Amino acid sequence: MMEKFKIDRKFWPLLVTIGLFLLLYAYGFFSYRGFSNPQVFFNLFIDNAFLLITSIGMTFVILSGGIDLSIGAVIAFTTVLSAYLSEDWGLHPLVVIPMVLLVGTLLGAVMGSIIQFFKVQPFIVTLAGMFFARGMCFVISTDAITISHPFYRTLSLFRIPLFGKTFIPINVVIFLVVLAAAIYLAHFTRFGRTVYAIGGNEQSALLMGLPVARTKVLVYTLNGFCSALAGVVFSVYMLSGYGLYTNGLELDAIASVVIGGTQLTGGVGYVAGTVFGVLIQGLIQTTIMFQGTLNSWWTKIVVGLLTLLFIMMQSAFASARRTRLAAKSIDKSADRLPVGETELVPDA
Amino acid sequence: MPNTNDSLLLMQGICKNFPGVQALLDVDFSLRRGEIHALMGENGAGKSTLIKVLTGVERQNSGKILLDGKEILAKSPLHAQELGISTVFQEINLCPNLSVAENILIGREPKKFGSINWTQLKHQARQILDRLDIDIDVTQSLGMYPVALQQMVAIARALEISSKILILDEPTSSLDARETEKLFDVMRKLKGEGLGIIFITHFLDQVYQISDRMTVLRNGRLVGTYDTAELPRMDLVSKMIGRSLDELEDMTRFKHETGKRIAQEPLLEAHQLGRTGSIQPFDLELHAGEVLGFAGLLGAGRTETANLLFGVDSPDHGTMTFDGQEVKKFSPLNSIHRGMAYCPEDRKADGIVGDLTVRENIVLALQASQGWFKFLSPKKQTEIADKYIKLLNIATPNADQLVKNLSGGNQQKVILARWLATNPQTLILDEPTRGIDVGAKTEIQKLVLELAEEGKACIFISSELEEVLRTSHRVMVLRDREVVAELAGGELEEKKIMQIIAGS
Repeated sequence: MMEKFKIDRKFWPLLVTIGLFLLLYAYGFFSYRGFSNPQVFFNLFIDNAFLLITSIGMTFVILSGGIDLSIGAVIAFTTVLSAYLSEDWGLHPLVVIPMVLLVGTLLGAVMGSIIQFFKVQPFIVTLAGMFFARGMCFVISTDAITISHPFYRTLSLFRIPLFGKTFIPINVVIFLVVLAAAIYLAHFTRFGRTVYAIGGNEQSALLMGLPVARTKVLVYTLNGFCSALAGVVFSVYMLSGYGLYTNGLELDAIASVVIGGTQLTGGVGYVAGTVFGVLIQGLIQTTIMFQGTLNSWWTKIVVGLLTLLFIMMQSAFASARRTRLAAKSIDKSADRLPVGETELVPDA
Repeated sequence: MPNTNDSLLLMQGICKNFPGVQALLDVDFSLRRGEIHALMGENGAGKSTLIKVLTGVERQNSGKILLDGKEILAKSPLHAQELGISTVFQEINLCPNLSVAENILIGREPKKFGSINWTQLKHQARQILDRLDIDIDVTQSLGMYPVALQQMVAIARALEISSKILILDEPTSSLDARETEKLFDVMRKLKGEGLGIIFITHFLDQVYQISDRMTVLRNGRLVGTYDTAELPRMDLVSKMIGRSLDELEDMTRFKHETGKRIAQEPLLEAHQLGRTGSIQPFDLELHAGEVLGFAGLLGAGRTETANLLFGVDSPDHGTMTFDGQEVKKFSPLNSIHRGMAYCPEDRKADGIVGDLTVRENIVLALQASQGWFKFLSPKKQTEIADKYIKLLNIATPNADQLVKNLSGGNQQKVILARWLATNPQTLILDEPTRGIDVGAKTEIQKLVLELAEEGKACIFISSELEEVLRTSHRVMVLRDREVVAELAGGELEEKKIMQIIAGS
């Protein structure tokens, strides 16, 4: 019966991440007054909803063994385009939002197709995509555009009250829907399993007859959609569009995925881990805010160290695994009988 | 010709050309229901090409394939699988990060309301593994299990696609005796269920243990199909190797002549040289004008010994002297400076640079030994390249052809040329004739003897015993990472060496 309670090795990185989150939370909880307010916890989600959404998209990309550098730029572009379409063109947000979602999705699809069909490194293609989206922001407007449409204002003020005085706004609801959809996608659909298979061994996935090409294009398409959705959430949060928003956000997202226990080489990791990866970053920021004397840039330094630590932990796990396997094969050669070895022996 | 009615698979008159090589010429092959059929032949005999044609990796130039009496033409390995032909390779083509159950069923996973039904998936996977009498936790990642089990999972996946024909390509190379036995049990079980199994291996014992019939190929041609029980082992070996006697007699005479000019003093001497975990301490002498052969099975320690002598690995035991001087620093560069050259085993991985021209490949080692700052002028390079193209008879339109466009044998000659260009005193050749056709093989063997005649010292390593015997003046036999015997002169007999290799 004890077997049942043994935790699978593959969950270890995820558990380390969750453990770290709990540790950090407990530290803040007992060190600072006001930290115990549940709203502090909910604010983690409120302030990072857009990062959570885009990091979930990034998780799929990294699980498939790829990378996407364009997301920060795509988010900024979405905010600018949303502001431009609703302010300058006077379109209703219910028209604008589907339009910008479509644009982001298409951009992802185009990048995915180039990566797959022209066999170009994802790093290069999405770097080009990043420059393109960032550049387009300033083609539309060099200044920040304030969004004044009442619909956006209503959205940003919309609150769902929870227990006590706590509440969550619409962006957290959107995040929760995305999270549920992503977990379903990753674990209960052929698409999701194919992403894992490709990340594990693309050549094998191909030989097993899985739709590798289609899935890889879809992964970048999905990520394009997620960044555009994050862009919509961010424009509701900021009520403006600006080309300098979310500079370098792609790297925060990648760090979140890595801290969440997903291997950069692909095939191993969980969407839930990424959520904790983002929350840990948010928690560090909050702690530094409560601490009061430290510069907020310390967040970056701590996140940098954590990312490094988690990458090192991954390779430590990986090499421990290799050693275990090597030990197994040495055991094997020790009791090797010469049956299979007596090649070319004449009849006695 | 066997009766078509009891044949599951019939391949007739299969021909396949690759540029410069006739890989298969008019080969017939038949497989019955409920039969284990061994496909036999030396490296380069055409076994893998035949399998590639059958499974849709390559398309035959002529000939037809009948499955269940109907003509088929597999367009891809996937299409072949759909037709009922599955292959399990030595290297396992599964995803180590996914669970065992998923690896068996991914692509055809059971669904409920559009989403994957994990309960059903595990259940189905367990059922298939039960059929193979394997009881493992199907929810664990595949990578957690040893290779032998991963291979069983690969077989389970193949069966799940309701296979008619199962091809096992060198399945036992990485298995120990017990695991091999287990695999054979599974094979017998599947045979009983009416599956046709094609078994490819280079272990003769295993062929006699498990197969019903065997088909022997040699140099892309069919030698024949035999009942295993009716073909004695030595006959099989001679059918696999084949000989053209005249050529060989010439070679033997030539070898004896060069043998008279071997220097008295050793050029290279090793005393109890060894490296833990790689090769047991051994003594070795190599004289100028001599060809010293290394015989032994794959993994017996031949390459490891060569690596020590050339300084790729450093010894942790014993000493080595070169031309009377003790060698203190072991590194390839030092060896090159001493006038040694080493053609490694895997020319694709360690030797040839396919995207460079013949000329660039030839001057590579010479340039390296001169240092990168003393650049060889293009004119000089062309001169050297042309000299060796002519000398070694390399079939290439000109020196500026990309090496990857050359046939295997010619690529091998380019590597030889690269090292000859540095004018080495000592040459180590590890499997110089692997995967090239017989004509080119004899040419390279002759060349080795010619080099010895010029007074160079050569070490010749090959899995083909016959070839080692034909070219070497002296032979060191290795077994289980240990030098077990040294033979010369009249002792150089195939049977004798086989017995030493087998340990009897």
